[in-house]
Amino acid sequence: MRINEHPILSFTKGKLVKFTFDGKEYEGYEGEPIAAALHAAGIKVLGHTHELGRPRGFYCAIGNCSSCLMTVNGEPNVRVCVEKLKEGMVVETQKGRGELK
Amino acid sequence: MIKTDIAIVGGGPAGLCAAISAASQGANVTIIEKASNLGGQLIKQTHMFFGSQKQYASTRGIDIPDILMNELKKLGSLVNVMLDSTVLGLYEDGVLTVEQNNKYIKIKPDSIIIATGASEKFLAFPNNDLPGIYGAGAVQTLMNVHGIKPGNKVVMVGAGNIGLIVSYQLLQAGIEVKAIIDAAPKIGGYYVHASKVRRMGVPILTSHTVKYAHGKEVLKKVTIVKLDNNWQEVPGSEIDIDADVMCISVGLSPLAELLWQVGCDMIYVPELGGHVPVRNQELETSVKGVYVAGDVAGVEEASSAMVEGRLAGLCAAKNLGYAKENFEELKNDCIEQLYSLRSGPVGEKIRAGLSKVIV
Repeated sequence: MRINEHPILSFTKGKLVKFTFDGKEYEGYEGEPIAAALHAAGIKVLGHTHELGRPRGFYCAIGNCSSCLMTVNGEPNVRVCVEKLKEGMVVETQKGRGELK
Repeated sequence: MIKTDIAIVGGGPAGLCAAISAASQGANVTIIEKASNLGGQLIKQTHMFFGSQKQYASTRGIDIPDILMNELKKLGSLVNVMLDSTVLGLYEDGVLTVEQNNKYIKIKPDSIIIATGASEKFLAFPNNDLPGIYGAGAVQTLMNVHGIKPGNKVVMVGAGNIGLIVSYQLLQAGIEVKAIIDAAPKIGGYYVHASKVRRMGVPILTSHTVKYAHGKEVLKKVTIVKLDNNWQEVPGSEIDIDADVMCISVGLSPLAELLWQVGCDMIYVPELGGHVPVRNQELETSVKGVYVAGDVAGVEEASSAMVEGRLAGLCAAKNLGYAKENFEELKNDCIEQLYSLRSGPVGEKIRAGLSKVIV
């Protein structure tokens, strides 16, 4: 679901890197937001709410709304709409509210 | 503790222009920006701007950050830029606390210009939290900054300028826009934008709102309904639209947390998007030395945000003793530009809103 042709824009991307989402391997471009790489791979559901288990995706995509919190490399509550993708990142659906270590 | 004459919170159109004008008068400025780049939301605006030459009319939004950055570069060491830096708090003693790369930093400026912008509003309807329902600006970021399609079939909620422009940009990216709906009986955005999407075959349904979003894990279908003259649903007028994306474009609200924290007098002004600070002609709030510019002062266009930035930067510098002989001329020019941008019928709402908050 990447845009290949555009009348105005051309997209310069970083190098192709591998990362995992809930244990499964995916590819994305280094430096793009994790949520963008996931969306390009067709993944829109980033987690479920604590109380009612309702699915959550991103809403604002610029780090304001906190709808997109996930666990990244073991750290909970990461806003994946603004966190940049790096080689080998371990991205997981967050269970619970996360704890400060 | 970092010292600076003027700290500017936010490196979007208002913040960048504030930095340029304050440093041009001789003040030392520090721009604090949470993203890894300057430009704010200009970086996703592929459309050409309106207004006049001074607000970069006929230039695409995406090309404006480079123009402003070149102006900044000429000011050399008077301008400090902190990227990946989120302001955490603004305290009574004027100290700003900032997080940058997991470090906690304190800054003590003599004056502060808050140019934090605004965030997208939400709409209440059943299942409004389904993935696939995004802010229109979020979809613009995904498409125009990251080159990713939000989905295949879109319902746009809101026929203001953002709704109309993003619809056109969705079409440019090869995505089908099933309909643009708006609860109001009239299209809110400029007709030049509305005409462009109408010519491309997209229906604009005024007096329509979202009744229900369908889907278990992600959005699959949207039910819209007609509203009568009293904004009540017309029974039996429901229409189902197959869609995997719904964009919510029902306005923005100012990101005013820092203004609240530092104790600025705030007033709820619906015409300006929500709670905004009382300010004087120089854009100084009720807290001495705290200025505002751009959407946080009242939601408008990027054009007026840039002029407000220039005005706030000039006045903040002057009040610290930095004023060159062209100060009055520049200040009057900003005031005239704002007057002209807000003139005529399209500026009516803004003028009504501002009349409640300027003292």
